[in-house]
Amino acid sequence: MLNKNFYLILIITLVFAVSFWIGFNVNLLPAEASINAPIYDELFKILFIIGLIIFIGMTIAVIYSLFKFRKRNDQIGDGIALEGNLSLEIVWTIIPSIIVLLIGLYSYNIYDRMGGMKELNHNHEMMSSNSEKIWAGISQTSDNEIAINNLSIEVSAMQFAFLFNYPKGNFISGELHVPVDQKVSMKMESKDVIHAFWVPEFRIKQDIIPGQPTILNFTPTKVGKYPIICAELCGPYHGGMRASIIVEEESDYNEWFNKNKKPEVNL
Amino acid sequence: MTISIDPQKTNNESLQPKGWLRYFSFSLDHKVIGIQYLVCGFLFYLIGGTLASAIRIELASPMSDFMPRDVYNQVLTLHGTIMIFLWIVPVVNGAFGNYLIPFYVGARDMAFPRLNAVAFWLIPPSGLMLVASYFVEGAAQAGWTAYPPLSITTPQSGQIIWILSVLLLGGSSIFGGINFIATIIKLRRPGLKLMQLPMYCWAMLGTSLLVVLSTPVLAGTLILLSFDIIANTGFFNPVLGGNVVVYQHLFWFYSHPAVYIMVLPAFGLVSEILPVHARKPLFGYTTMVFSIMGIVVLGLVVWAHHMFTSGTPPWMRLFFTIATAFIAVPTGIKFFNWVATLWGGKISINSAMLFSCGFIINFVFGGITGVALAQVPFDIHVHDTYFVVAHFHYIVYGGTVFIIFSSIYHWFPKVTGKMLNEKLGILHFIITFIGFNLCFAPQHWLGLNGMPRRVAEYDPQFQFVNQISSLGALLMAISTIPFLINVLLSVRNGKDSGDNPWNALTPEWLTSSPPPVENWEGEPPLVEEPYGYGKEISERK
Repeated sequence: MLNKNFYLILIITLVFAVSFWIGFNVNLLPAEASINAPIYDELFKILFIIGLIIFIGMTIAVIYSLFKFRKRNDQIGDGIALEGNLSLEIVWTIIPSIIVLLIGLYSYNIYDRMGGMKELNHNHEMMSSNSEKIWAGISQTSDNEIAINNLSIEVSAMQFAFLFNYPKGNFISGELHVPVDQKVSMKMESKDVIHAFWVPEFRIKQDIIPGQPTILNFTPTKVGKYPIICAELCGPYHGGMRASIIVEEESDYNEWFNKNKKPEVNL
Repeated sequence: MTISIDPQKTNNESLQPKGWLRYFSFSLDHKVIGIQYLVCGFLFYLIGGTLASAIRIELASPMSDFMPRDVYNQVLTLHGTIMIFLWIVPVVNGAFGNYLIPFYVGARDMAFPRLNAVAFWLIPPSGLMLVASYFVEGAAQAGWTAYPPLSITTPQSGQIIWILSVLLLGGSSIFGGINFIATIIKLRRPGLKLMQLPMYCWAMLGTSLLVVLSTPVLAGTLILLSFDIIANTGFFNPVLGGNVVVYQHLFWFYSHPAVYIMVLPAFGLVSEILPVHARKPLFGYTTMVFSIMGIVVLGLVVWAHHMFTSGTPPWMRLFFTIATAFIAVPTGIKFFNWVATLWGGKISINSAMLFSCGFIINFVFGGITGVALAQVPFDIHVHDTYFVVAHFHYIVYGGTVFIIFSSIYHWFPKVTGKMLNEKLGILHFIITFIGFNLCFAPQHWLGLNGMPRRVAEYDPQFQFVNQISSLGALLMAISTIPFLINVLLSVRNGKDSGDNPWNALTPEWLTSSPPPVENWEGEPPLVEEPYGYGKEISERK
């Protein structure tokens, strides 16, 4: 009996060890290029490890049963007439409930750190009225952040392109240029069908909906060029609806901005 | 009170064709209707599978080069719609439900045989209509979710035919659901208690409740959508002041429970198959029943997890995260119980058992990615990507379709009196299992790294992984060949199975194989312990 328990503990330890090793050493995610990304990857790692433990454990249990309890040729009759075990049932109700609850609380914490629970404040001069209904995206306002620092951009999506309006410079661009390490606040609206704004390296996505503006805030942390991908089926050329986001040093960004800036026209 | 049906009254035999012709007739025999559902479903599975192959061929290269882009969208729309509404839902509910439920409750037919036949005969015309819409002006091309405004702006005839077809299929599903509830509750043989029913009855009771509660919402939604398309109303049309997000709420109020309509019957079927081939009682009968009902209740309040990026407020995101994650608890209980059923048994390793074990492994994997997807911050990155595609194929193919095959291997002797060839069956399992995992496991990585779903073209860096996936799809297509050969050969030349080849204790095996029209020659037997394996005959009640 002691021997059996020893093997059980050995196998459980091995499953945990293998899962942790894979969880920490196998990277399935693209580069991290926004404040969101490392927070997301932390959640991913935890879920990946828990998932591996459960999956490997269950798979071993099934395959072991098939080998250990397979019917040998000389055997007749049935297995043991075991109809249930209340304490086992209680164990595998309560332990998964606790795991699920802890994952839920942890992902709430992650969501909060991403700024999901914050009031969305899009300090936008062009906003038509205060009563305009803004739908949630994900926000990253830290409390001590000064709103003036926000770069405000208006995104409009249409079949099959994104247009980025820089109200401060009074120009529209097909490429999204943003300075590194600065919070960007986007108000997005679609001209026709539903689209979605997705930057995999930023781990953010938000649908762009006709008739209802949505908000998405993010802070890029790594200089580079990343794809903006439409993630909601929007018609025949959906797969080709892509744009680029160029994260650059502030000086490079200002140069680009001033080059494109148009003088205010007072009509 | 229980009602017993006199087969002479409900089933006027002189008017019913005999032999194979009865499968093309308006038969009122639940066994004939069950087979009609199964064969019809399988034919649509072949069509849906062909469409899937077309998708995988297109995605073998990063350019859109195999078919025109709008045709690609029609193909993916038809693939989803056919696989859900014409293959999985009719087969796990209609086919096995009709064949088995009257046996399990000790009845000679379903409660409403005519309604039953009507429910089946709605399926072939609506399925043909759906496929034929491709030849009119192009089929629907807004995905099986038909989100407006895309579904309002794409060519109208295809979308309207799609709506009509889904409405008819939904109606068929509701008729079936009413029939199952009535049969399970009212047609039980005297002396048979609810807690003595085989687990598939509980699964079908739960499923039918979901069908009856949620399908009408889909019907209403699609009717409003059709008004928007043909009568220029503005329910969901933002140009006329409509709200596109409301459509998503209404649609997913049905379409999330639809996932449980596809998997709960599979949970029931596997609960019948495992005890027989493991020669052990089903572990934890009572908790299995409660977990089914727990899934039914929770399944109705999780729909908005499909809309985490649609502009849902934070409180709603959190509520649906918690509710969705908690479905893992009753589902997990069922999986632990199945493994405990295997534990200490005398397991026959045959095709039915292998497909059931494949189901457990695949579904656990899909369930784990499901719990991850329930978490808002996790979902925001991978929503609408190949990660989601991989997840739900692990649930509906790796889960339910594996159980459909397992059930065919298990009940084929019941229906035909012949055994299927085991060697071909095991070959079928091996190719399907490898092909399936090769096709869908790599798609998780594609989604995490930036490949959205429903695209005909993609970033060239994903080409190699997509080709692995396409290779898996090819294996899945090939796996159908040994299965088809096996079935076609065994129907005629299979080894005689005898009445009860598995020595099973559930009531459908306590009669001849194939069974007589009245199911039993004499009175239906009273089976109080459908899982009484391992007990001496004298110990069994």
